[in-house]
Amino acid sequence: MKLSHITEARPLRRSQRVLAFSAAATAVVFALAGCASSGASSTSTSAAKKSFSIAFVPKQLNNPYTNVELSGGQKAAAALGDKYSVVGPNTASASSQVSYINTLTQKHIDVIAIAANDPNAVCSALNQAKAGGAKIITFDSDTDASCRSLFINQVNTQSVADVEIKQTAEQIGDQGQIAILSATANATNQNAWIADMKKDLATNPKYAKIQLVTTVYGNDDDTTSFQVAQGLLQSYPNLKAIISPTTVGIAATARYLSTSSYKGKVVLTGLGLPNQMRQYVKDGTVKEFALWDPAKIGQAAVYAAKALEAGTITGKTGDKFSAGSLGTLTVGPDNTVIVGGPTEFNAANIDQYNF
Amino acid sequence: MSEQATAPVSAAPAKLRSRGRRVWLGRNANMIYAVVLVVILASIFVPFFFSVTTVNFLLIDAVPILLMAMPMALIIITGEIDLSVASTAGLSAAVLGVLWENSHAHGNIWVMFVICVIVGAACGAFNGFLITVVGLPSLAVTIGTLALFRGLALVVIGDDAVADFPTDATTFVTSTVPVIGVPVFMVFVLVVVAIFAVVLHFTPFGRALYALGFSKEAASFVGIRVGRSKFTLFVISGVISSIAGIFWVLRYSSAQSDSVQGLELSVVAAVVLGGVSIFGGSGGIVGVVGGVLIIRTVNYSLELGGLPDTVLTIVTGGLLVISVVAPSVSARIRLARDRRRALVHSGEIAKP
Repeated sequence: MKLSHITEARPLRRSQRVLAFSAAATAVVFALAGCASSGASSTSTSAAKKSFSIAFVPKQLNNPYTNVELSGGQKAAAALGDKYSVVGPNTASASSQVSYINTLTQKHIDVIAIAANDPNAVCSALNQAKAGGAKIITFDSDTDASCRSLFINQVNTQSVADVEIKQTAEQIGDQGQIAILSATANATNQNAWIADMKKDLATNPKYAKIQLVTTVYGNDDDTTSFQVAQGLLQSYPNLKAIISPTTVGIAATARYLSTSSYKGKVVLTGLGLPNQMRQYVKDGTVKEFALWDPAKIGQAAVYAAKALEAGTITGKTGDKFSAGSLGTLTVGPDNTVIVGGPTEFNAANIDQYNF
Repeated sequence: MSEQATAPVSAAPAKLRSRGRRVWLGRNANMIYAVVLVVILASIFVPFFFSVTTVNFLLIDAVPILLMAMPMALIIITGEIDLSVASTAGLSAAVLGVLWENSHAHGNIWVMFVICVIVGAACGAFNGFLITVVGLPSLAVTIGTLALFRGLALVVIGDDAVADFPTDATTFVTSTVPVIGVPVFMVFVLVVVAIFAVVLHFTPFGRALYALGFSKEAASFVGIRVGRSKFTLFVISGVISSIAGIFWVLRYSSAQSDSVQGLELSVVAAVVLGGVSIFGGSGGIVGVVGGVLIIRTVNYSLELGGLPDTVLTIVTGGLLVISVVAPSVSARIRLARDRRRALVHSGEIAKP
């Protein structure tokens, strides 16, 4: 009885104070939110019939690769006079993508372009958005095919796997242990490439002496990738090469290799951004790596969105649409649009690229 | 209970006033005012906020936090903490995923739910054993199991993502009551909340938890079984966490190793913001529900306002710090004031 006496009486004033504090804090925060969104709402309500709103939901914000991709989308949207916005989580998680999709549904955004962190987890939210009238495009990392109209893919999955294995095999003389350092364990695109690489290794007799020892995950986080790379080399002292088909992973691994005794001895290939990889190519840590121009994906997504909105295409196989400087793109099997092939970067050509 | 009438008038009006104060100015009432205030502010400032869709989207994401916040509140009231709740939920989600993938042709999903809940209870019992029997601090133990259970989830399900859960289950979980937009699953959550409220506020077991939070020694001296109470709470926490994990799987139609990752922070923040003292000994269920609703409303309005995730993290962290700091600052101010008053009364300081 006495104890509950104390608990009843004491927090009375405290909670009033908390109330005052939180009220003040939330008022400030909402004023912020209001400012941030007032621009958006005014343009969307006064939007002319022909322009539309497109919102990109990348796997995560503040990822250099994503930023290049989005810059292409932003430029194309500006050129077409459409309303462009980006929302997304800080960490590559599917559940927070769902929250953002929900907000887009509520704002009646015309087209949602998403790179899915999980092919299924975002589906029900996307279907809700579709029911609200939105068109869904995936880019980079696909959802289940039933949840979207179109998938804008960088390149053919097989051609990425082929280039990765070819570059690696050349440098290690077609034999020895290799490992893969991927992003998250559920990343759709990474897993598709890895599956095709495994297929290459298993079917091509030229690669019979190459042994894929393990696949590890750096979660597209720089520190984690760095530590995982370090651990990999400790656990497999005979490792000849690491393939990292993610820009975060390859940059972190290159940074580790360049400061370790493995520099120049262990081969590193994968998908990297020229600007991030330039110093490692020049100091000899990395001989060659591959990528495509990510900006083209954003650009293609915006043009595809426009065509879908205008009703000139529905996303079925064989549909064609004009994509500005990219020329005419064709919708291939599985409602997939392929933007282009991978480019290989090495010391000879890397200075020609700036992204 | 309390008749701390300060006014030097007759007894009857003082009593009336204190009852009125309890209803309109009590801690619980304050949390409700705070929720209403936050919702009004959001409706004014954030475009599109004022709609039925908001009710649906906001509450469905509040479900797992609200569930986990219930046992968390009780645990924090006893002066302990359970940081492994999200990992326990993640492990249950992974177990459900693997069970479903391997046997859905001939398995009953209800049996799988029961197995998941048993897994959750086992996780809680493991925490409880280390804390009450071995006598380790709960903060250290549950930070350890936060990593351990997440690791086990990865072992169980690997890099798989199981997705083909039965559509009647997934649509039920995401379905809403028409017109008002409240998720149907909220009914179950409200039942859980009601049970926790009754247990905490109206049973000897619940009242003993406050005593425990004040002083473990005093509590055991007056006959409260300290170890058993705490052990029970951690097992309940594991059970509720695994239910939250099952909900998560069905809500997203996806079970994978990183399901429910990082939610423990929102849960602790909501509980502490809801007026539960992080040092134990005080707090109530209505306040905790208010805390959850405030955090969700603030987060959802920021998302709707198009602010980046970074701002969300900062705001959640800020709210957590404020709710921990504010009570001790105000306690210190009050202490200083009371001391001054006492000095004035005893005549050591001249009245101004």
